[in-house]
Amino acid sequence: MRIPLSWLAEWADLPAGSTPEALHAALVRVGFEEETVHGGDLSGPVVVGEVLELTPEPQKNGKTIRWCSVRVAPDGERAADGGEAVRGVVCGAGNFHVGDKVVVTLPGTVLPGPFPIAARRTYGHVSDGMIASARELGLPEDVAPASAAGILRLTELGLDPEVGTDAIALLGLDDAAVEVNVTPDRGYALSIRGIAREYGASTGAAFRDPADAVSPPGTTDDGAVAAVIDDAAPIRGRVGASVFVTRVVRGIDPGARTPDWMAARLRLAGIRSISLPVDVTNYVMVELGQPIHGYDLAALSGGLGVRRAAAGERLTTLDGVERVLDAEDLVITDDSGPIGLAGVMGGASTELSGGTVDVVVEAANFDPVSIGRTARRHRLPSEASRRFERGVDPAVARAAAQRVVDLLVEHAGGTADPGQTWIDRSVPPAPVLLTADAVLHRTGAEVGAAETRQALAALGCAVADDPRGLLVTPPTWRRDLVESVDLVEEVVRVVGYDRIPSELPVAPPGRGLTRSQRLHRSVGRVLAATGGVEIQTYPLVSEADQQRFAPGASMRVVNPLDATAPLLRRTLVPGLLDALRRNRGRGLVDVALFEIGSVFLPADGAAYGTAELPPIGARPEPALLERLAGDLPPQPRHVGVLLAGDRTPRQPGHPAEPVDWRDAVDAARAVAAAVGATVRLRQAAPAGFHPTRSAEVLVGDAVVGVAGELHPDAVADVPGRVAAVEIDLEALFAAAPASIGFAPISSMPAATQDLSLVVAAAVPADDVLRAVVEGAGGLLEHALLVDDYRGAGLPDGAKSLTFALRFRAPDRTLTAADATAAKQAGVALAAERHGAGLRE
Amino acid sequence: MSTDVQLTPETVEQAVDAALAAVAGAGTVADLKAARIAHTGESSALARLNATIRALPNTEKPAAGKLIGQARGRVNGAIAEREAVLAAGEREALLEAERVDVTAAPLRRPTGARHPLTIVRETVEDVFTGMGWEIAEGPELEHEWFNFDALNIDPDHPARSPQDTLFVEPLGAHLVMRTQTSPVQVRTLIERGAPVYVLAPGRVYRTDEIDATHLPVFTQFEGLAIDRGLTMAHLRGTLEHLARIMFGEDARIRLRPNFFPFTEPSAEMDVWQPNAKGGARWVEWGGCGMVHPNVLRAAGVDPQEFQGFAFGLGIERTLQFAEGLNDMRDMIEGDLRFSRQWGLVAR
Repeated sequence: MRIPLSWLAEWADLPAGSTPEALHAALVRVGFEEETVHGGDLSGPVVVGEVLELTPEPQKNGKTIRWCSVRVAPDGERAADGGEAVRGVVCGAGNFHVGDKVVVTLPGTVLPGPFPIAARRTYGHVSDGMIASARELGLPEDVAPASAAGILRLTELGLDPEVGTDAIALLGLDDAAVEVNVTPDRGYALSIRGIAREYGASTGAAFRDPADAVSPPGTTDDGAVAAVIDDAAPIRGRVGASVFVTRVVRGIDPGARTPDWMAARLRLAGIRSISLPVDVTNYVMVELGQPIHGYDLAALSGGLGVRRAAAGERLTTLDGVERVLDAEDLVITDDSGPIGLAGVMGGASTELSGGTVDVVVEAANFDPVSIGRTARRHRLPSEASRRFERGVDPAVARAAAQRVVDLLVEHAGGTADPGQTWIDRSVPPAPVLLTADAVLHRTGAEVGAAETRQALAALGCAVADDPRGLLVTPPTWRRDLVESVDLVEEVVRVVGYDRIPSELPVAPPGRGLTRSQRLHRSVGRVLAATGGVEIQTYPLVSEADQQRFAPGASMRVVNPLDATAPLLRRTLVPGLLDALRRNRGRGLVDVALFEIGSVFLPADGAAYGTAELPPIGARPEPALLERLAGDLPPQPRHVGVLLAGDRTPRQPGHPAEPVDWRDAVDAARAVAAAVGATVRLRQAAPAGFHPTRSAEVLVGDAVVGVAGELHPDAVADVPGRVAAVEIDLEALFAAAPASIGFAPISSMPAATQDLSLVVAAAVPADDVLRAVVEGAGGLLEHALLVDDYRGAGLPDGAKSLTFALRFRAPDRTLTAADATAAKQAGVALAAERHGAGLRE
Repeated sequence: MSTDVQLTPETVEQAVDAALAAVAGAGTVADLKAARIAHTGESSALARLNATIRALPNTEKPAAGKLIGQARGRVNGAIAEREAVLAAGEREALLEAERVDVTAAPLRRPTGARHPLTIVRETVEDVFTGMGWEIAEGPELEHEWFNFDALNIDPDHPARSPQDTLFVEPLGAHLVMRTQTSPVQVRTLIERGAPVYVLAPGRVYRTDEIDATHLPVFTQFEGLAIDRGLTMAHLRGTLEHLARIMFGEDARIRLRPNFFPFTEPSAEMDVWQPNAKGGARWVEWGGCGMVHPNVLRAAGVDPQEFQGFAFGLGIERTLQFAEGLNDMRDMIEGDLRFSRQWGLVAR
């Protein structure tokens, strides 16, 4: 919302010399976010000029300047700065022509910046002033779009003033507008009326309601233009129109021009001047917040109606676009059918035109939901729909219509019909009880009864005494005030949020982080400590990536930002690969990345969500609530690790160690160690992984993830091997021991022995080791595979595995015989399970 | 036995002097060994003098033996001393020969780094668990009811359009990517009831195009405290406490009226950053307010008995302010150099 200061000052007492900054501060205080300031800050001799001659002069730097002769005062008169009536001016822009009326800032002008203008020598001429652009004058560029990139040509504003006219007065350049953001609950503030009231409430300045400054006819409806509201299909039980007022003004002068002050204010408010009748409707909309539609009476056939459109009905709107209507669209009709999209945009067939002499003025109140849906459906946000969507005061319609009538009569010479059409089905706001301690109880701020009453009254509430506190009837434009807490906000907003004290609450004793939360942290720390760099990647992936690395049912986003990546990831690998490629693209080739993040794992054929959507403000019944909360696909947190390039680079006395599958296994072990688990590996070929250099990762018998090298085809663009791990943390935490299971430490001496077993090469070393450990029993304290030998001295297809074994008893010194017996028991089990034999 | 030597204190002293001179002159362990043999061995002067004792009358033998014994003691002591010196020198030489250039040490076990967003997140979590709050979590793919309706957001609210919210197929199933961590408020209230003090950190999704200050997926933390007698003063106190920890003791909080459907009163929260790059200033930090009675009703909590506050802050913004980062895109591009600047340390 842009608020020209001069306009605001008409309805609220602004202190003399008020700055846009001060106004911003006053409005921020009551909850309007500061956006920007338009215009103002301009002084000096700024006049209308006419371009008499122009000579393009190409320059060495490639630019072409124009040496112009400009008349800035009528023949025989001095210019506003006392100088000659015709001046030489150098101009860099090329969008104007001989004969154009332009704005010339003569020497002595100070433009916003501040940039003082003086006669100066440039490009071999003395430029005696400047031809100005809209931007240089501080005008909003959207009011003269064709001139946005260059010189402001006054014809584009529909102006053809006398040469020498004071352009500051003409264009209202001495006025400024502040722009604030209006939150969606406060539609009333999309008006000078609303902002002036808020300014008064914020500062205590006197406020005059512009709605009270007009005198509409009595309360009769004598059918100025017959009108019928007939909503056969209200949306969410709300009839599309609650108020419908029409007035008629006849015999306006089609040649009448919009007064400069009105065009200037509209321009500053961000609205282009179009024609007097249209400008008047817009002016009243900005002033009172009531969108107005004007019809050419001669183009109407029969009376007006409000109804829902028939699906497929067609309407050509003011912007010349033919629109196919939806059965939910609310339309204005005459006997010919739809003539307007109610509250959004009028139709082309009945619009006010240059030949209009009799005008029908419509001021209606439409349902916010209906208008919002139509504006979005037709992608047609308009000044009117913006206001209706946020709620318009149903009680201001008659005053607004009257104001339009008055302005048309005054400036277009029309005559108002005495009658009016007035349908009003709006429901008056219900009173709300505000108990005496409500504000203190909710905000901690001490606000006395008198101050509370005053604050609410300043906002337009009717306040009555009640034994329990105050009985507050909100004004008609505040449909958002329905509960006590709504009034509490209003009171503290007006007295100031800085009145709320500061106090630290004392929570009951908490339990700290959960096990899962502690373990998540632990995983991240261990991976970082062992060389991984944590990153966060974008969780939507392409079909191809999902298919390659985690085939299966996927959740699909309807409206993804990137249409090629619509699926919620089932795996972290594609995101990590993207990051690998980005790093490589930036010359970082030795890469160890990890991410901890959610994946989305719908089951094949499962349906999620509910068809029901319970209403706001109530707890759904338990069975439905359970489905709302629980009918979602599993979304476990995974950790993914990706390594490429060299694990450590070549350094003095240290050859490069290129990444391979073993780094993936090590990372998996690190993750397991972080949560107190021990992992086991099982040869496997997970999707997207190298078929012979990859594994499933198990804790106990539960598969918790995969580790190995990525399939070379998946990373053909990356030299060397790419190792990866992905582990389901929820599964890992569930499989990890909940407690340590501490065993006492024996201080008895150890006995160490080596063991070499010959087995078929295809038998996994870990299986042999497990057989030895299991067979050897409790005396075997530690066993490590130290060699895997294949070749001379062994049968074809066999390998020799050497284990270093450490035996210890809890209670005695172990004899060599004890240790040997235990070892042999291990050998026996390995022989039984895997055909292992002692290597001779 | 030869009698060419005569055992007198003088002759002993001469032998000792000669021995000591030889020991002192030994420059290597081998020299010293030769000197030891020459001056304490069987053919040494001292040995020969010692041999003369046998011929002495018994009454003189003790004194003569003592004289020789003391002499041998002095020589052996000198040898031991010299030996230690020479051994130490040779050890030193050996060690010197092993000298390395420590500045050329290879990096054999590189350390990595945690993401700064994780570090900020944990810092904030620790501040709140330190006050007795607990950390709550919820799903990122969420039911529309929890993300909107339960939070008192009207079905026709513009935020519920595809221009702002990512919807998940099939459309009629009412699934969305959560646009805020606020649905965790409702889940927590339903699961735990009141009183409750929880912080819910997590990723949220918007349809924002990516730029220096917007990410389509970002991280929030949502605070929720519902109890008897909580007021907006407690909200201010809590936020001020957090601000001081994150931005320094001089940080201050300013509340500005704003609108959120799920709080009443609602406020925009600015934080005064005394140490901001480019000078102290107010910056917008997040939204907050007193939880709307309709949210409590949706969760089955009686708004007459309980009330409380909620706030939502962006972790990316917090990191941006705390560290003076210009461009949020750095946080999600996965460039190694970004996280590495923070390394393993907490703030």
